[in-house]
Amino acid sequence: MAFSLTINGQSHSVDADPDMPLLWVLREKFGLLGTKFGCGIAACGACTVHLDGEAARSCSVTLQEANGKSVTTIEGLAPPEQPHRLQTAWVAAQVPQCGYCQSGMIMAASALLAKNPAPTAADLDAGLTNICRCGTYVRIRAAILDAATMAAPTPVVGPNL
Amino acid sequence: MSNLGKYSRRGLLAVGGLVGGGLVLGIGGAFLSPDRLSRKGGDSYAGRLSTWITITPDDTITILVPHAEMGQGVHNALAMMAADEMDANWDHVRVAEAPALDDFANGYIVQAVALGRQVPAMLRHAVNVATFTIAQLGVVQITGGSFSVRSTGDIGMRTAGATARRMLLTAAAQKFGVPVETLTVKSGIISDPASGKTLRFGEIATAAASLPIPAEPVLKQRADFTIMGREIPRADIPPKVNGAARYGIDTVWPGMLYASIVASPVFGAKLVSVDAKPATAMAGVVRVVPLENAVAVVADSWWRAQQAVQALSPVFETIPASEVTSATLAKRIADTLAQDGKTDHHQGDGASALGTAVHVIDATYTAPFLAHATMEPPNATAVVANGQVEIWSGVQDPLAARKVAADAAGVSVANVTLHNALLGGGFGRRLPGAFDYVDQAVRIAAVMSPTPIKLIWPREEDIQHDFYRTTAAARFKGGLDAAGAPTVWTSTYVGTGDDDAAHLLYDIPHQAIDHATIDHHVRLGFWRSVDHSFHGFFTESFIDELAHAAGIDPFAFRRDRLTGRARAVLELAANKANWGSKLPEGQGRGIALVKSFGTLVAEIAEVTVATDGTVKINRVVAAVDCGDVVNPNAARAQVEGAIMFGLSAAMWGDITIDKGAVVQSSFPDYRVAQLADTPAIEVHFIDAGGPRGGLGEPGLPPIAPAITNAIYAATGKRIRQLPITKTDLRRA
Repeated sequence: MAFSLTINGQSHSVDADPDMPLLWVLREKFGLLGTKFGCGIAACGACTVHLDGEAARSCSVTLQEANGKSVTTIEGLAPPEQPHRLQTAWVAAQVPQCGYCQSGMIMAASALLAKNPAPTAADLDAGLTNICRCGTYVRIRAAILDAATMAAPTPVVGPNL
Repeated sequence: MSNLGKYSRRGLLAVGGLVGGGLVLGIGGAFLSPDRLSRKGGDSYAGRLSTWITITPDDTITILVPHAEMGQGVHNALAMMAADEMDANWDHVRVAEAPALDDFANGYIVQAVALGRQVPAMLRHAVNVATFTIAQLGVVQITGGSFSVRSTGDIGMRTAGATARRMLLTAAAQKFGVPVETLTVKSGIISDPASGKTLRFGEIATAAASLPIPAEPVLKQRADFTIMGREIPRADIPPKVNGAARYGIDTVWPGMLYASIVASPVFGAKLVSVDAKPATAMAGVVRVVPLENAVAVVADSWWRAQQAVQALSPVFETIPASEVTSATLAKRIADTLAQDGKTDHHQGDGASALGTAVHVIDATYTAPFLAHATMEPPNATAVVANGQVEIWSGVQDPLAARKVAADAAGVSVANVTLHNALLGGGFGRRLPGAFDYVDQAVRIAAVMSPTPIKLIWPREEDIQHDFYRTTAAARFKGGLDAAGAPTVWTSTYVGTGDDDAAHLLYDIPHQAIDHATIDHHVRLGFWRSVDHSFHGFFTESFIDELAHAAGIDPFAFRRDRLTGRARAVLELAANKANWGSKLPEGQGRGIALVKSFGTLVAEIAEVTVATDGTVKINRVVAAVDCGDVVNPNAARAQVEGAIMFGLSAAMWGDITIDKGAVVQSSFPDYRVAQLADTPAIEVHFIDAGGPRGGLGEPGLPPIAPAITNAIYAATGKRIRQLPITKTDLRRA
């Protein structure tokens, strides 16, 4: 069955099982390998992407459920020459260790920050439930709070009339 | 491209030129003075040379690191050590992981560090301690035991860097026509102060390549370090924030198919039969592959393979182990503890000292099996064709994994190429002895030859087929004199180890430490900090019990039986944590000190225990003496991570057995810490020189007892079994 998806701003048609998880569609059909498999049951968050702007654990979203929606993966979060402020903060705080969970962390954190531009540490505790086995959490916390203080990207606006 | 033509007198260092100019410096795995090593193995020393440093005319310095990168920053740290000894310009340094070839075996170096002390546990399979058989060490390229910086780094990388520096300076001196001693070098530029002339490393590298190798390169003193000790950002981090980093699971090969697998729930039980039809009837399924103790399904997508494997009903043998439960294992441990163990460490006369002590207390502690649960599930991609095997995975010893692949395919290692990727977590799960996923991938690929196969374990398979941290227990007796001073410490413990993890840092005159083992079928492996992970909890809890029984502050009680570095670390932690200051009702502070892998770590935890028994860890202060710190930022990260890994285990980690099989299956029933569970963490280094210790693991052992000692301080309840959540901490 063919489904349509917008992935990182590009429209695509994909022919696959309706109940194939979005995670495997992204990894195997589109080669978007930054989105990781961790548990397959939405328990760890390594596969987190944005689905119509909301954080979603792509291992537990079927292709059919994603049909017609807009998907953003870590590769599409920001252009390389203008990284997302979380990516900048992440490097500055030297957050990743093994790095395997970090795509999902950053996607979850960016969705959180989009909704709550000035989160408290308690907001982060409640809102970010992804798992990192290297235990980079103290730096994740610091990096998000740091990114929240950075200027948000300048919104694209029309000509000033 | 390179030719390592000239060998030093001892055949230990080698130098050569590059096509197009430049310098190649090789280090033999056995470059160390043969006087420090057994001569057995003889000629196998020769020819084992690795290209560690190359300098090209454009000034690029490429450093190959023979260690796996699993988040510990080893590539960065080891390159820093070489570059510092060179006085290189760090901006010119490129780092890559050495290929999985015998030439890059690091076992020799690890052995050299271990010599005269103790062979690290994970090397025991490879090292014949009596003979140090070199042929075995030649197939070790291990990353574990918190060894990389203090072995390959301190001995290998620094020597290589110092040698390169000396050769570059000598070549420059010849060109300038001045004595080498008059030259200075800074940041990759050699200067002749008399003439004002300068040369870049790249300009003189080709000339340096034709020089003899200096016999004894002189290593820098700490005061002269220019790169070591700096917080140089890790080059592996930027690709880890934009999805570009590639792990074993990300391997893509043209025409590749995918495999999932289910192994016998009971370790050791073989596959009897499996009806393939439920799987082969499913879309995309290519083949059902029975293995000795598992069955795999190959399909055109991993998800389809996984759906199909779940549709199977394989029949596995029923074996005696199929009756084992956690309760039967606990009884076996208790029965064993009730008997006398084998002598581990005795001093003084423990038995009679217990008889004369004014106050004797006893206690028994237990710790459960634990899984690693690396974020990247076990996986390997393999292609078997024309008698050749090619394999991609992320492993902590690519040479040992290559041997597993060769054996699985029935070919010699010369016919196996292994590409090691970034590891999505190691913690010991990807060490030798635990390469079942490599074995399986090659066997499936052999059946599917010549099609490449990517085998990925589902998380449930990972949790239920790990090589676990052993369950362990210890029975203690301790005696105090009339003044409250401990006079005697006896213990019998059940665990895997025969190393010194159960030994005391504290000066207690009479000691009798014995150990026993029990046999069971559960697969055991190396888990971050190995035996220290439970002995740290046992020992640092019981010393706390003695302190409280004596009515003496637990920090002071420990401090008064310590000297030197251990005392300094404990005091640093206490100072930084403001030990002794008042905490609100329901809160407590606990302290613990453990020496492991050559490093001392003291940790102080502050906890709140709510009236409903919920434990919240608010703050952890760590003090660390690991000798010179190579990269303080990365070093802090290792301690922070080890604390969190240990916190997860202390709070919730519990692998239990029923009907011979592991009960837990994924994160919902094998809980690990999340952000909300994370305390504020401060890490302080003594950083005053001295011999280097490891750092990947030593931050872990003190955290469980620091937390449980804090819980005792808050509630008066002594936790003697892990995980902590097994104990009811509700208050009336």
